[in-house]
Amino acid sequence: MLKLHYNLEKISMGLVGAIIAVASVGGIVEIAPLFTIEETVEIPADMRPHTPLELAGREIYIREGCYACHSQMVRSLADELDRYGPYSLAAESAYDHPMLWGSKRTGPDLARIGGKYSDSWHMAHLIDPRSVIPVSIMPAYPWLTRALDTRLIEDSLATLARLGVPYDADMIENATADALAQSRPDSDGAEGVRDRYGEDVPLRDFDGDPDRLTEMDAVVAYLQSLGTLTGEARRLMAEEDE
Amino acid sequence: MAMTSTLTSTERQIGMALSILLVCLGLVMAGVAKQGPMMVHGGMAVALGLVLVFVLGGALYDQPEPSPERLTQYDDAPIRFGIVMTLIWAVAGMAAGVWLAALMYWPEATPPWPATSYGRLRPVHTSGVIFGFGGNALIATSLYVLQRTSRARLADALSPWFVLIGFNLFCVWAATGYVMGQTQSKEYAEPEWYADLWLVLVWVTYFALYIRTLARRAEPHIYVANWYYMAFILVVAMLHIVNNLAIPVTWGAGESFTIWSGVQDAMIQWWYGHNAVAFFLTAGFLGMLYYFLPVRAERPIWSYRLSILSFWGIVFFYMWAGSHHLHYTALPYWVQTLGMTFSVMLLVPSWASAGNAIATLNGAWHKVRDDATLRFMFVAAVFYGLSTFEGSFLAIRPVNSLSHYTDWTVGHVHSGTLGWVAMIVFGAIYSLVPKLWGREDMAWPRAVEWHFWLAVTGTLIYVVSLWNAGITQGLMWRAYDEGGALSYSFIESVEAMLPYYAARTLGGGLFLAGALLCALNCRATMCAAGDRVDVSDRPLVAQPAE
Ligand code: HEC
Ligand code: HEM
Ligand code: HEM
Repeated sequence: MLKLHYNLEKISMGLVGAIIAVASVGGIVEIAPLFTIEETVEIPADMRPHTPLELAGREIYIREGCYACHSQMVRSLADELDRYGPYSLAAESAYDHPMLWGSKRTGPDLARIGGKYSDSWHMAHLIDPRSVIPVSIMPAYPWLTRALDTRLIEDSLATLARLGVPYDADMIENATADALAQSRPDSDGAEGVRDRYGEDVPLRDFDGDPDRLTEMDAVVAYLQSLGTLTGEARRLMAEEDE
Repeated sequence: MAMTSTLTSTERQIGMALSILLVCLGLVMAGVAKQGPMMVHGGMAVALGLVLVFVLGGALYDQPEPSPERLTQYDDAPIRFGIVMTLIWAVAGMAAGVWLAALMYWPEATPPWPATSYGRLRPVHTSGVIFGFGGNALIATSLYVLQRTSRARLADALSPWFVLIGFNLFCVWAATGYVMGQTQSKEYAEPEWYADLWLVLVWVTYFALYIRTLARRAEPHIYVANWYYMAFILVVAMLHIVNNLAIPVTWGAGESFTIWSGVQDAMIQWWYGHNAVAFFLTAGFLGMLYYFLPVRAERPIWSYRLSILSFWGIVFFYMWAGSHHLHYTALPYWVQTLGMTFSVMLLVPSWASAGNAIATLNGAWHKVRDDATLRFMFVAAVFYGLSTFEGSFLAIRPVNSLSHYTDWTVGHVHSGTLGWVAMIVFGAIYSLVPKLWGREDMAWPRAVEWHFWLAVTGTLIYVVSLWNAGITQGLMWRAYDEGGALSYSFIESVEAMLPYYAARTLGGGLFLAGALLCALNCRATMCAAGDRVDVSDRPLVAQPAE
């Protein structure tokens, strides 16, 4: 062996080839099966993708680096189930490009935050966390009250559709209008949002300012959607408890 | 400008042509984007290209042709530039780290505008220190080591400049992008698609330069430090390309969606993330260790066999370990188990490397005692051993159930990055700066001693306070009272962290003060540059003209 290596050290391209070969094995064995084994991700029947407004909120969540302090992955450990709710399923992030599981909990997990607080709580908390939780160390985000930039929404849905997220032509075409309509329950477009994304999609004026579509609308809509895109996790937990 | 004095007029002309191409690229980017971060980045490329055009153009007229004698010397001008950039990024990246640490204790200090918010500055810190500080140090030292151990001059004069300037453009794009809100959110791979593509171009040039220079070597064998540098270059390329595959939303938006999603994305992200640790923060720096430590101690590497064993062990085992970042998640159980198993096995080659380095110092302990530069390298090897032991321990599933998501991880990270990565870089810098600027020693030799103690104290305070923080946090999250209810609300665990966060800020502040002292010391040394020839340098073996 030593002799062999002694000779390998004389051939630079030999070393290059050996490094690539040896380094490739682990990744191939661990990653390739994830794409072929069917059970890795079973999409539940009731699973819906994010609405355009929620997707815009997700982009803001990424832009502001919320993921640096918040995970979105409840592990299958007793205390996490008690603190946050049912453990996260692979399917729940199947449409997430990229996933936002996170690696640090400076703040609590957000995978099940949807429905936990009112819209106005979130709004007050984001503008000044310490007005709600006096000892919070979360940064304040007062600038989220500015108008939402909707120019990229349609292209975003189209791009995600190319990657396999089930957005159909109708959804893509109406993306910009749907983003606005979701925050205007009384407008003409509201019905269309329900048709396309389901009866359970919340239609409300998230930031309490009916005249403007703001980044706050988008972020709050996104937070309220977390953990509600499918009921599968709760169903599974109920079954396991029996 | 000294930078251009070793370029021939043909090389200056080619350089100008490349700079004009860079200006064009910037114009295209700005023109397609019309707004937002991508336009700003295009503008930066234009500005950089114009500066280079003027510098090179000026040199064409004002500077004489370099003497043919340069071909009998090593090409060190780009390395000097790389060292200066290393120091600049060290101060900037660590200052960002200290500021972030302070914000976690004192969140009210966040200014009410977006650019400097915690979430945007955190990747400025991580990219700034890993890529800016670590990356420049790796590229600069690799080119130094490559030439000395091959006894050959770099294969051409322009590509090292392209690699270093191009790499720094990538780093600046990355950091300014985050501040403007542009990020892919993939940890340690946050820059957007065009910056990623640019890095591929830089990296291919770097690899080609390495291989072409190796081909000119006058030594039959490729020295072990170069194996590590090569593994660093090759595997980082592999990881970078696979993890960053993405489709832009529109050509002008500077935004994209990664092609991976959900659990597959998580696995690929941490296959990347963990091996960024392995091949960026470990393999490359082991290359540095394997060259600078024996040279400084004037002892040969203790065991050749052990260096072979640990090299291939690291290249093979590390690539399996990424899934230890995903214990108890939705990732299939067997993948987690593989990740855990290989992480534990990884301890063998890791300790073989650390042990080999420490055993090399046998017989030179008096030097370790007297020479702060060598002591930096010794402490680096010790912390390398400690943090890999800690890593293998954290990878065990039940341990990870406690440590994951807590500040224990951050403590582990900084025992590796401060104790190992930064210390070995400082050791290499203090060895190189006097040599490269033609002096016998650093301008302020006593300051090296001060820096050493600031760095060690800072690291210990940082790491110990976060061990406490992380373990406390983990225990509070899982504590139940007699009634079977959780004992603590989340916010109570946050409050319990505050003293530790304050202590960490202090530790980081000391470490930063040391880095600043290092930068000033280097500046003083550079300003007093002499023309002393480094007699210990191995002579270059003359090459026939190409
Ligand atoms: C510096 C770390 C940090 C960042 C960055 C951060 N948070 Fe937080 N977050 C916290 C902490 C700590 C708490 C717990 C205290 C509190 O409720 O304010 C928290 C709490 C929350 C909660 C309430 C969770 C619950 O279950 O009570 C929500 C919702 C939230 N954050 C959303 C966000 C969003 C959205 C962003 C990005 C715009 C963000 N956070 C950025 C640290 C952070
Ligand atoms: C034998 C070697 C090592 C092993 C097995 C190992 C293992 C681990 C484990 C288990 C985690 C925690 C994952 C989690 O719970 O989220 C981790 C995180 C980390 N380690 Fe190590 N480690 C090793 C060496 C190192 C070294 C030498 C460095 C730095 C130079 C380092 C840098 C990091 C970083 C940056 C993270 C944080 C990743 C993140 O969550 O963002 N590791 N490592
Ligand atoms: C001056 C010293 C430093 C200070 C004060 C500091 C501070 C910090 C802080 C506050 C964080 C965020 C932690 C969190 O999310 O809770 C962080 C993260 C990080 N830092 Fe540093 N840092 C320093 C030096 C360095 C150096 C030199 C490196 C690398 C060479 C480094 C690499 C990292 C990495 C990889 C992370 C991400 C960890 C994770 O995601 O788990 N830091 N640092």
